[in-house]
Amino acid sequence: MNPTQELAKRIRVHALQMTSKGGGSHIGAIFSCADILAALYDGVLKVDPTKTNDPGRDRFVLSKGHAGAGLYAALAEQGFFPVEKLLTHYQNGSELCGHASHEVPGIEVSTGALGHGLPMAAGMAYAGRLKSSSHRVFCLLSDGECDEGSTWEAALFAAHHGLSNLVVIVDYNRIQGLAPVSEVVELEPFADKWTAFRWSVREENGHDSEALHRCFRDIPFEVGKPSCLIAHTTKGKGVSFMENTVLWHYRIPQGDEFVAALAELEERS
Amino acid sequence: MRDAFVGALLEQTPQHPELMFLTGDLGFGVLNEFQARFPRQFLNVGVAEQNMSGVAAGLAIEGHTVFTYSIGNFPTLRCLEQIRNDICFHRANVKIVCIGGGMSYGPVGMSHHATEDLTILRSLPGMEVFSPCDHWEAAEVTRYLLTHRGPAYLRLDKSAAPATVRQGEVFRPGHIRTIREGADITLAATGGILGEAILAADVLREQGIFCRILSVCTVKPLDINTLAAAASETGGIVSIEENAVDGGLGGAIAETLMEAGVFPKFFVRMGLRNTFSSVVGSQKYLRMFYSLDATAIARTVLAKLGIDAPVLA
Repeated sequence: MNPTQELAKRIRVHALQMTSKGGGSHIGAIFSCADILAALYDGVLKVDPTKTNDPGRDRFVLSKGHAGAGLYAALAEQGFFPVEKLLTHYQNGSELCGHASHEVPGIEVSTGALGHGLPMAAGMAYAGRLKSSSHRVFCLLSDGECDEGSTWEAALFAAHHGLSNLVVIVDYNRIQGLAPVSEVVELEPFADKWTAFRWSVREENGHDSEALHRCFRDIPFEVGKPSCLIAHTTKGKGVSFMENTVLWHYRIPQGDEFVAALAELEERS
Repeated sequence: MRDAFVGALLEQTPQHPELMFLTGDLGFGVLNEFQARFPRQFLNVGVAEQNMSGVAAGLAIEGHTVFTYSIGNFPTLRCLEQIRNDICFHRANVKIVCIGGGMSYGPVGMSHHATEDLTILRSLPGMEVFSPCDHWEAAEVTRYLLTHRGPAYLRLDKSAAPATVRQGEVFRPGHIRTIREGADITLAATGGILGEAILAADVLREQGIFCRILSVCTVKPLDINTLAAAASETGGIVSIEENAVDGGLGGAIAETLMEAGVFPKFFVRMGLRNTFSSVVGSQKYLRMFYSLDATAIARTVLAKLGIDAPVLA
C-alpha cells in the first residue's frame, strides 16, 4: 500500500465507525470518494494544519457535503484536530454534523444542500485571481448534484472567466439517492457537457491513487481554463456488499453488517 | 433611490478597494459609470442569481465586501437557500440589494414586485434589513453598509418620500427616525410609502388629528424603544408597508411589542393581505387599489378613532 492508499483505508474505517456509532447515512457516498480525498490530502492540497488561515493555502470545498464524515476523517488523520474527536460525529453537542461544517478546523465552507459548492468555489477562485495568488481551489462534486442548475450556472461562470485556478472533481459513481443516475436523470454524455461548457476535462479511475496523483500534477489541464476531473468510481467502494447498491446511500452500517464491513476494510492491503 | 444608492457607491468605492459589485445582468444605464471607473470591482455574473449569491459568499469569505444587485425577488427569493446557507451561515460580508421594492415596477406585473422579501429576509439569522424611505436614507444606508460586517439586505424603492432629513441630522442604523411629532396616533412606515403616510397625516391634521410619523428604515434589528414610546404616548399604531402584512414591518412590530409587554391602544397592519399584486397599474394606482395610499391610511385612522369620516379626496 502506498501512503495515499493507507490514508484512504483509514478514512474508510473511521467513516464506517462514525456512521455506525452515530447512526449516520451516506457511507456509500463516502467510500466512493475516499480515494479522492486521500489523494488530495496526501500531498496535492497545499494545506497546513498549523496555518489554517494562511492566505496562500489551497482551498478545498466538499460540495457533496454528505460525505462530511470522510472529510473529517481525512482532516483528523492529517492533524487538523485529534482523531479521537471523530467519534463525536453525530453526537449531541459535537461540531461534527453529518454534512461538512466550517466550524471544523480545515474546512473552508459548510455544505450539505447540493449545488452550493461550485458557486462558492468559483467566488473563491475569482478572489484568488484578483489577488494574483497562486493557490488553487478544489471542489468535489457528486454526480447527483449535477442535476442542480446552480452547478451549471457556476460552470458557465468559471469558464467564462477562465478560472484556471479552479478544479472540479466529480465523484461519478453513477448512483444517486433513489436510483442509478441513468434512471433518474441521465448525465451522459457527461464529459462532453463539461467540454461544451469550455472546461478542460480528464477522466480517471477515481480509486487509482497513482492515476489521481498524475492527474493532479497536471493542473491546470489547459492554460486559461478551469479543470474538471471526472473520477469514475464505485459507490460503496471497499466493502463488497455495499458496492454499487442504491441501498447503501442511506443505510446505516450496524450490527453484523458493521462487523463484516470492518473486517473487509481491515483485510484489504 | 437607485441613483442615490449608486451615487453613494461611486463616492465611497475609492476608499474601499475590497468592494466587489455583482449584478445579475440588471441595471441598464445606471451602472455604466461604476463599471467604467472600477472595472476590477464590477462583475456581471449573468442571469444566474443562485450562482451570483454563491460567488458573492466565496468572494466575501476571501475578504471582500460584496454587493449583489438585481430586481425584486431575483437576488432574494430566487436564491434564498444560497443566502441562508452560503451567506448568512458563514456570516459572509454580502449586501443584497434589491431594486424595485414593493410594487415599484407597477405595470410590469407581480413577477417583478417584491412583496414578501421583508418577511423572508428578516427571518434569516444575522441578516440586517434596511428599507429606506427617501434618497437621503438610501445613500446613508449604503455608506453604512460599506463599513458594516456581515450580511445585510437593502430594499430600494422606486418611489421616495419627500426629503425628510433635518439639518445636521446624523443617520443612525438601527434607530427609527421620528419624521413628525404627534400624540394622537403613530404612523410607522417603511420604504417610499412613507410619503403616503405624510400625505395622510396632512389630511388628518386638518381634522385636528396629529400623527407621529416614524420612518422604520432599519426593519431588523428593530428599534423597540421608539416603538414602545409610540405605543404608550400615542393613541395607537398603524404600520404601513408595501409588503405582506404577515411577518413584515407590521408583524415585526407586533412581535416585538407584545413580547415586551407593551400594548398600543390599537394596532393596525396596512400592507398586502394574503394577496398577490396582480392588478395592472402604476405604483401609485396599485397603492390605491390595495388600500395603501394616503386616503386609505387616513380612513383607517379615522375609523379606528371612531370619527365619522368626512369624504376624503
